[in-house]
Formats: sequence, C-alpha cells, structure tokens
Amino acid sequence: MQFSAQLEDKLKKLMRNYPIKRSSLIPMLLFVQDEQGFLRKETIAEIAGRLELTIPQVEETISYYSMLRKKPAGKYHLQVCTNISCLLRGGEELFEHARKKLSLAPGETTPDKLFSLEEVECIGACAWAPAIQVNYQFHHELTPERFDQLIGELQRSRA
Amino acid sequence: MVKIRLDDRELEVQRGTLLIDACRAAGIEVPSFCYYPGLSLQAACRMCLVEIEKAPKLQTACTVPATEGMIVRSNTEQVAQARRSMLEFLLGNHPLDCPVCDKGGECELQDMVFRYGASESRYGEAKRHVEEQQWSPVVYFDAPRCILCYRCVRVCDEGMGVGALSVVNRGARTEIAPNHGDHLECEECGMCIDICPVGALTSGAYRYKARPWEIQYTSTICTHCGDGCKTTLSVRNNKILRGNNRDRSGINGEFLCIKGRYAYDFVEHPSRLRQPLVRKGQELVATTWEEAIGMVAAKWGEILSRRNEAANNILAGTSEKRSKGFGVIASNHTTNEENYLLQKFARTVLQTNHVDHHRTADYAALIHALANESPEQPAQAQRPPLARSKDIVGASAILLVGNNPTEQHPLIAWNIREACRRNGARLYIINSRRIPLLRQSHRFLPLGLGHEADALRYLCGEPEAGQALLGKTPSGDPVTSDLLHDFRNRLQEEKDVIVVFGDEITGPDVSLLIRMGSQLSGRTRYIVLGDSSNSRGASDMGLLPHLLPGYRPVEDAVARAFFENRWKTPIPETSGLSVDEMVTATLQGGMDSLYVVGANPLKGRNPADFRGKTFLVVQDLFLQETAQAADVVLPAASAYEKSGTVTNTCGELQRLRKAIGVLGTRTDLQIFESLAAAMGAALHPCRPEEALEEIRQMVPEYNIPLANVLAGGAEAVLNPNGFKPLAAPAETSGRVYSAQDTLFTSGTLGRFSNILNLVPERAIRKEPDPA
Amino acid sequence: MPVSEHEVLVLTERFDLPNSASIDTYLGHDGYQALEKSLKQMTPESILEELKRSNLRGRGGAGFPTGMKWGFVPKESPKPKYIVCNADESEPGTCKDRLLMEKDPHQLIEGILIAGIVVGSHQGYIYVRGEYRYLLEILDRALEEAYARGYLGKNILGTGFDFELATHTGAGAYECGEESALLESLEGKRGIPRIRPPFPAVVGLYGGPTVLNNVETFSAVPAILRNGGEWYAQLGTPRNGGTRLFVLSGHVNRPGVYELPMGFPLRKMIEEVGGGILDGKKVKAVIPGGSSTPVLTADALDTPMDFDSVAKAGSMLGSGAVIMMHEDTCMVKVALRLMQFYAHESCGWCIPCREGTDWLSKTLHRFHSGGGRDEDIGLVEHLAKNMLGRTFCPLGDAAAMPMISFVQKFREEFEMHLSGRPCPFESKQEPATASR
Repeated sequence: MQFSAQLEDKLKKLMRNYPIKRSSLIPMLLFVQDEQGFLRKETIAEIAGRLELTIPQVEETISYYSMLRKKPAGKYHLQVCTNISCLLRGGEELFEHARKKLSLAPGETTPDKLFSLEEVECIGACAWAPAIQVNYQFHHELTPERFDQLIGELQRSRA
Repeated sequence: MVKIRLDDRELEVQRGTLLIDACRAAGIEVPSFCYYPGLSLQAACRMCLVEIEKAPKLQTACTVPATEGMIVRSNTEQVAQARRSMLEFLLGNHPLDCPVCDKGGECELQDMVFRYGASESRYGEAKRHVEEQQWSPVVYFDAPRCILCYRCVRVCDEGMGVGALSVVNRGARTEIAPNHGDHLECEECGMCIDICPVGALTSGAYRYKARPWEIQYTSTICTHCGDGCKTTLSVRNNKILRGNNRDRSGINGEFLCIKGRYAYDFVEHPSRLRQPLVRKGQELVATTWEEAIGMVAAKWGEILSRRNEAANNILAGTSEKRSKGFGVIASNHTTNEENYLLQKFARTVLQTNHVDHHRTADYAALIHALANESPEQPAQAQRPPLARSKDIVGASAILLVGNNPTEQHPLIAWNIREACRRNGARLYIINSRRIPLLRQSHRFLPLGLGHEADALRYLCGEPEAGQALLGKTPSGDPVTSDLLHDFRNRLQEEKDVIVVFGDEITGPDVSLLIRMGSQLSGRTRYIVLGDSSNSRGASDMGLLPHLLPGYRPVEDAVARAFFENRWKTPIPETSGLSVDEMVTATLQGGMDSLYVVGANPLKGRNPADFRGKTFLVVQDLFLQETAQAADVVLPAASAYEKSGTVTNTCGELQRLRKAIGVLGTRTDLQIFESLAAAMGAALHPCRPEEALEEIRQMVPEYNIPLANVLAGGAEAVLNPNGFKPLAAPAETSGRVYSAQDTLFTSGTLGRFSNILNLVPERAIRKEPDPA
Repeated sequence: MPVSEHEVLVLTERFDLPNSASIDTYLGHDGYQALEKSLKQMTPESILEELKRSNLRGRGGAGFPTGMKWGFVPKESPKPKYIVCNADESEPGTCKDRLLMEKDPHQLIEGILIAGIVVGSHQGYIYVRGEYRYLLEILDRALEEAYARGYLGKNILGTGFDFELATHTGAGAYECGEESALLESLEGKRGIPRIRPPFPAVVGLYGGPTVLNNVETFSAVPAILRNGGEWYAQLGTPRNGGTRLFVLSGHVNRPGVYELPMGFPLRKMIEEVGGGILDGKKVKAVIPGGSSTPVLTADALDTPMDFDSVAKAGSMLGSGAVIMMHEDTCMVKVALRLMQFYAHESCGWCIPCREGTDWLSKTLHRFHSGGGRDEDIGLVEHLAKNMLGRTFCPLGDAAAMPMISFVQKFREEFEMHLSGRPCPFESKQEPATASR
C-alpha cells in the first residue's frame, strides 16, 4: 500500500526520529488517518508491516487512544468540549444545540457525510470557553448563534 | 541476606526478595490476583497492599524488594480495609451469579471475598454487560467476569511465546482480546483458561459439565508426547472431564499443551475397541476374551511345537527351509512394566529376538556413546551427562540440533523459553527449518536438509565440513563462513551447555555429537527427543532386536546369561529383525506369527495385502490398518486406564495412575498374563509393582529411590555413568525416525480425539507423513 | 504589553511581538543567550546550582524542584540519555503550555537544550497532545529554524555539543500526561504507567536515563540562566520561585492566561486580573490548580497562589488552572462531569481507578438526575477514600481528591438533590455567554 507522496515523505522523516520502529506508531496512525479519514483493516496491516509489529499490537494501541478511529467520520468532525471550564460557560448547551441543529446523535455522521459530532474531554481552550474543534481547527467562545454561522460557512465551503 | 520485620516477626530473607514472596515463605498470606510467580510484575490488582514503616501510603508487596531493617505489617486494620475495598470495587461490575458460573467453587475471587471481603454490597448501579464470546473450540470468554489480572495475556506471551492475547480499550471498557478480532489462532494450549482466577475464560471441553466438588482428581502422566507432563484428570462417574495441573506438582509445573489438557477424549471415542475380535473368513467378529485368548494360545502353541520339531529335524540333518518364527512389534505408549514383560514373554515364551518398536530417537546410540566415551575431563565424568527436563531452565546455554520442540515437545519448548526469558540463557539453533523457537534464539545456523552431521563435524573442528554448509539454504537463509565462525566461537565460550537433539542425529552421528559436546569448554549435558509417552521406556526395557533391557547386547553371552539366570530360560543368541524387516518378512510369508501391541506398523498400507500371510494378533485401542489385517484383535486399555510407570525422553521415571476403566478392555499387562497362562507358561510377576521390582533388579539404571515416584513426582533413572562400559557397541539395526507429530496430532490417538480434530489450527499444520 | 497591570512578564515577555514564534524575533530579544552562556561560560554543575537557587518547581502539577530532579540523572550511563518535554497538556482548565508553544517555541527549545547540556543528553522529544495539531506545525518550523541556525544538530555553536530534538504527537489520552505513561506512549504503546521505581531519571525512555518536564518548566530555564537564579527566586515567595502562568476560567469576566508572580493572592486574581465574577454574582467555589485539585470555598480566597500556601489551604497549585464557580453552579453536576472525565480517561490498568471512577460517575449521574439515596453521599466519599493513595498511578488520586472535597465542602448541595427531583440548580443555570 502506498500513501500520498507527501505523506510518505512525512512518514519517512518520522521514522528517522526514533531509535526503535514502534515509536512511530501513534503519530503514523494519526497522520494516515488524517489522509484516509479512518483506519481501515488493510491500513492497519500495512502499518504493522512497516513497523514490524503484529496486528494485535497495533489494534491494542489504536483502541487506547480516543482520537484514533476505525470508522469514518464526517468531512468536518465536530468535537464539542463539555468539560468543566466549557461546562461553566455553556458547553453542554452548545452540544445539545449542535445535536439538534445537525440532527445527530454522538458518534453519528450526517447523511451527506459532511458533519459528524462528538462530545469530548478538555481540548485545552479553557480560557476561551466554550470551544469546539473542527478537525484540528479551534473555534473559541462559541454561542449557539456563532455555531450556526460556522456550520453555514462550512456548508458553503463545500459548495 | 537482609533482616526484615514482618508482622512483628524477625525474618531473614535473600536481598531483593519481593515482600510478597517473603511473606508467603513465612506463612503469612498476602492475597493477589495479578502477581503470579514466573510472570512479569503488574501491580494492577492492588490486593497485596501492605504497610511499610516510613512509607506515606500503602505499598504493593509484589513490587517492593526487602531491604535491611524494613518493617512491614500485613495484619493491620488499614490493610484489611484496603483489601476489602479492592474486592468491593471488583465486585461492582462483576456478575454475582456464582451459582451458575462455571468457576463457582474454584474461583479465586469467590475465595478472596469469602476471606477478605465485605459481607454486603453497596453497588447499586447497572453492571456493564457484554455478550459472551467463543474464541475457539476450546476457549470461551465472558468479559464481565474478567477482573483484568492480565495473567492470561502474560502466560500466552511470556510463557507460551505465542502472544495471541492482548488488552484493548481503556478504563472500565478494557477487555482482553484475541489475536484475530473475534477468534483465536494459537496453540490452543488452554493455559489462559487454567490461569484465569475467575470464570472469564472457560474451557469448551469442560464448561458447565460439573461442579468442582463432584470431581475426583487423578494425577497421571499425559500419554501423548515424550515429555511426560503430569496431567491431573478431573473424573466424575468414570468419565474424564478435564485435564490440568493446578497444584503444579509435576515436572511441568502448570504447563500443559492442548494434548495434555484436552486430548484425553479418545478414551470414549465410539470407535474404541471394547470386545475381542476374531477373523471368520473376511470378517472380524466379536467374541469373548476366553475364546480369543484360547485361540491365540492354541495357535502359538502349535507354532512353537512345530518349530521345536523343525529344530530337532535340522539337528537330525533334515533340510527344511526355516521360517523366522514369531515377531513382536511393541508400543511407545505401554508402561515400563508391560514393556519389560512383553520382551521377556517374547524372548522366553515365544523364543524370539524379533522384538522391536517404532524407534523415534536413538536412545541406544546415545547411551552407548556416553558409556563408552573415555571421560576426558574428570569433572565431566563426575556429573550426569543426561539432563532432566527442568535442568534446561537453569542452563546458561542450550544447543538445539534439529527437531521443532514447539510442535513436537511442547514442555521442552516451554522450558527453553523460560530459560531464555527468566535466566537469560543463550539458545543456539541448528535447523533446516525456521522453527518458532528462533524468536528466542541467540545464534541460528540454518542448514540444508540433512546437513546436521556436517554442522557437527564443523563444530568438532573440521573446517572442510563447513564447505557443505555454505550458500543459501532452502529456507532462504544465507550461510557465510563468518556466520559459521561466529556460531562456533560463541558456542565454544559457553560454560554450561545442554544439547537437545532430535531424530536428525542417529547412529554414528550421535558419537559425533558427543565428541563435539566434550570439546566445549565447560559442562555439557544431553537430551535426546523421542516422540511418545514411553518411547524411552520401550528402549530402556529392551524392546529392541539387538538389545536386552538396559541396552545389554543380545549377542553378548555374559549379558544373556545374566537374564537367563533370572528367567530360568535360554534366550535366542542372535539379534532379531527390526520392524521394517518383520513387515517385509510377513509380506513374503516368512513370519509364523506377528504379535503387534499398541502399534500400527501397517499405517498407510492396504490391510488386505497382509491377510493370511501370517497369524496376526493385534492388541490395541482402535481398529487401525494393522488390526484390520489381524486374525485376532484384543481390545487394550489406554494409559489413563491403568497403573504402572513410564519414562520420559529425558529419563524421568513417573507413575501412571488409573483414572477410569473402559468396560471390555484389559490392560496390556493382563493380556500378556492371560496369554502366557493359556500357553502354560506362567509369566510373572504380573502386578505392576512386582514387575517394577524385577526391573530394578535387572536394569541397574532403574534401581533408584521410589518415594518420589510413588508420591506422584519424578525420579531420573541413573545416567549411563552408572553402567559399566558396555561389552560391545550396539549394532545399528532398523530405522530411527520421528513421526513428526504436530501440536494437534498424536499418531493413532490423535485420529480419535475430537478436540484435536476440531481446532482449525490443525489444518494449517502439515500432517505428519505416514511412516 | 501585559493584559493586566499585575502581570510580570518573564515567560510571556515576547508574546505580543510581531512574529513572536520566529527565530529572528527570539534572537532579537535575548534568544539563545542562555544556551550560549551555558555552553561557553558554565558547567553542568553551575547550571544546576543556578536552577536550585531559582527555586523553580515543576509546572506540570506536582511541583517537584527542577534542579533536584535533573540532579537525579546518573552521570555515567551505558544507554543514551533523553530529554522529554511533556506537552500533553490535558488537565481540565489548563491551556497555558499551548500558548507557550504557539507564541514562543524557541524559548522552550532553548530550555530543553540546556537540560541536555546539564545531564549529558543528545536527544530530546516534545510530546504534544494530539488535539494540539497546529502546534506541531509551529514547533516543527521552529525546530527547522534552530537546526538551520546551528542551535540544534551537530557541534552546536562550535562547542562540540550535539543535540537532536523532534516533536511527537499523542492521540487523545489524558493518562499520557503521567510521565511513565507518556514514555510508554512515546515508545508506541498503550499509555499504561510503569512500575516505579525505577524512576525515569534512572530508567526512562528506551531504558535510558530521562529528564521529563512540563513545557512551562523548560520555558522558564532560559530566563533563569540569563538573569540568575536569585533574580528568579525573588519574583516569587520563599521556596516558590518565579512567576506562574495562571489560567483563569469559568465564571470570571475576563478568563485568560496570565503570568503572575508566585504567591499572588487568589482574591486579587479573580477580582482585579479576572475582572470579577460574571454578572456580579458571588463566588461559590474555586478549583485552584486544575480539575485534579480539591475544590476550595469562598473562605479560601485569601490564599496566596504558591505551592505551599495552596497546600496549606487544603488543595494544590497543580497546573495553575484556576476554575471559578459562582453561586448558581451545581456542585453535584461539576463533580459528576469531572468523574465522567476520569472514568473516560482512566487507563483501566488497576482495579481501584478503573472500577472506582466508573462507579463514581454512575452513582453521581443517578444522584444528579434525582435518583439519589441518603447513603449515596457517604458512599461516594467512601469510594473516593478507598481509591486515594491506593491506585497504580496518580490518576486515581486526581479523581479521588476533588471528589472527597466536593462532598466534604458541599454536602448540603448533595442533600438538596435528595428530593427525588432532578437537579435544583437546573432552572437557575442560564448558559453563560462569552464576554471577553
């Protein structure tokens, strides 16, 4: 299996950083997931092969880290923080709002595969709460109105 | 040594001893789930928390080594409260349906709660539920019962070297997972099930069949391979329900492979012979024991008197082409007592040295080579050159020549892994295959098929022999002179080597091997790998055409006289025929009668070709090719249905204990006795204990203390140092070859084990070639 | 330019400069001078002395004296030594390291380099939490610049000192902030903590001696070496040297990240730095050092914010994340949300943490939804106490300590939930709007 030239280059550089192959595993999984959307069975086997690991060794690692997924997410994966600092500033209400707005239950993806929604633990935006991440992009100090605005922008950017 | 204070007792313990071991050695119980001697430390279950003076909080006794002056308390209210709370946490998500749990009555969690737990539960939330999963025909997993002690993961990875289990997810969703998503592909050894303290991993063969308190336990020796593992059979109502070894009392500790743990099921296979059969024309029809024995005795008596007559005629000068008389092909599974009496019966009653069995290792060559080697180093002479199976664990280096112990000798492989993992032993492998133990190997010398002797010659200091090894092997490994050089130099530096070898080294090559071993710089000991549960005993007891019990040559008059004096009967003076020679002679009509005991020499042949060629008597468990050609078939008891002793491939004598009886069968010993009696030739002694006594008198290597053996332990038979140098080197006669059984085959027995036939991994392994 | 007049800008000094992350900006404002000084004018011993004099204590949470920690690394080691920067900032309430890396990555790199000089290490890693992906790009650019200018790589500044530094990303696991779990993760495994001893300083990454510190700790090192340990120590209170990046969040008018001297009074922090409580409401509770530290009541507002004073007040300075809660906050709800967090993040390795956090979150959920029973209040406190000090790693304590404090300090709020109805605060709670 070949990834994009850019990713291959990135992975090659990554592996040079460590004296042992397995150290590349977690970044490699994440970078490959970024390109492919999620971790397919064949991808897992490919990575296991590259790092001289068994498939269970890769699987046990994937299952530990909350950002690694074996099922596809939406093009825009919305992660709403409801941990304490966001909670105190309306994070839960924002999450409820997002659920209704997108008609999504946590972990679901919209039929057009554009949005998926997840309630997450603290993402490190406590001073700018409530906050969400869309893919890796932070959006700070959100209100339901600004959330709707963001969704609108994302929908338009697809078109 | 350091002094510590433990619950107000002064103790002296080895520096570095873990507190938990120190406590237990002193008789102070410190509970644990995850701590397991021999496996890596986890500190996960927190059951072993103790107070250590000056430590701000409770410490896990399983991770803290004893240091001088340490003051430890395990009997305080704080410690008791900690244990109580851990159990309360554990019982939160754990199902409390002990009455219907398969583990009930032998569950460590149940016992711990009984002993250390609170009497009531405060958990009022919904319990996490996950459906039970079947991972293989023998392994079931019920996640909610799992307490995550990680014993199964460790025993599979560290002990078995298989690593089929892993830990997935995290937090309360953490689970043990099999290596193929929803199922296991592994050795199906069941170690994970046995080591599981709770009812999370259960055995497909045993689950929900019995309660532990209904069971009677009979510990005996596994009848499948030559390693001689102790297996404790759980028996209820004359039925074997499972095999395990929870008290770790045998040479194998708690280790068992799939065969020792599950493959007792052949005993109740519907095809099991339960009545004697006699040939009526084309058919074998059932008959009584009396008729069958009578028929054989009459026929054999007739042959004997005809032969005596013929012998007289020859003396009288009458020329008549002589047939070869009786042939006896014996078993690798029968007891020492049976083996001894069978060859005695053959040599005295049937007046023949045509006695042999399927030889799977060249014990005779090894014993002779060692006995006749002039000890070059005095130190070497003092020390026993034959290693016991447990010695492997303590050796600093192991040289493995040929064989694939993972498949053929699971206990030897377990011990090798343990030596490497726990003691840092260096494993040198010489093999034409890429065997699984390569994972543990320190140096590997790959070979082309059949080049083992060349390798030994090279290691003996014949550089030209190395030429034959150079190049690419069929397995694709390049062999360079550097590799050879390095292998030899490293091996030369080793001070304590156990050489383990298979059927690749036989006959004169064994002497070569001993020469190589004696050139190493330190102590060298040997283990030769034979296939079956009493392969070694069959050789030791003289089920050989050229050797009497204890490897005394038949053709040596002094040796013969020794036995003749005791047996009060002359023994034929010349060596007899090998198995192959007897089979060929039979086909040619040259055998008057062939008596096959617990063997199937016609495996892979057409029984019809042999019918009517001789008077064929077969004594076995199943109607295999040889029995199908027989005139009389006698149904025999299996190893699990009799008492006696067997000797494993390392020469350790162990005791078989009768677990069950199968109606209609007789033990081989009883059959020999009946046959001899019917022929008017009392064969005695016929009680196993008395037979062993005679063996001890006639085979000095077996004159060993028996207390251990009788108590269910093992005692090594004496080393060849105990022999006086033997009168003459053994003539090699007959082939020595392994049946190459895998973990999932076991000759005839394997054909009739449902479990062995059920596991999917069997198909992946190459079936052994028919001999 | 400080946001608040009370700020003392040491680590955040360059934050407002244009292109603050670039090496040119850094070099134009004292950048890499401490490195040069360390390599050319100081010895590992004198650097350590300076650090000890500075009273710098670990900024990750535990507050262990940094100089002492570095001193534990054996001089001779058959295995390579490593410097690992813990940038797995995941403690709820905490977002200071994020800014340090975003605004001034070279300061961090310089601090790591100096650690390398002190212990004789030639390889370092910055372990960044997976959610901070944009920081990887910033850090990698900074590393490239540093390599290009000869501050990283072979023969640094012509002194013969070599040092390689790389970023590494996590993938979502709070537990990897625990140092030994972080090392496991860096080795590509599940983030399960290791049995200690041995401590990482002796047996760490790949079995080699390893210095592990928080971003803020490393970032403080260059200024200390430029201006002297004495100078840094003077900024704070006795035994608590320097400044601290405090993260103010929750019900304050001006949440934010503020660099204040150690020992800065809590009340002043809320009222003057944070602009007071939202809508002029009253303070009910404050978590002084991130979600793992025991909650304090309004009675504790006069506590000076340094390690020792906060400890005296019954909590911990932790990661310096000050979370304010006003009078309308439901403390049961907050406790529930925190226990859900710990249950989600427990690695599951040991029994008391795995089962304890799961049990607590389930019971609090039932309790908060109106299904509470009298005995539950005692039960949750008791469960937490049964976890405390008995788990495999500090995560169990991190859950247990706040849990105990919530029950002990706000028992009456738990009792208010016993009416059989859902949370009594639910009606009062309006979603607060962002106001900054």
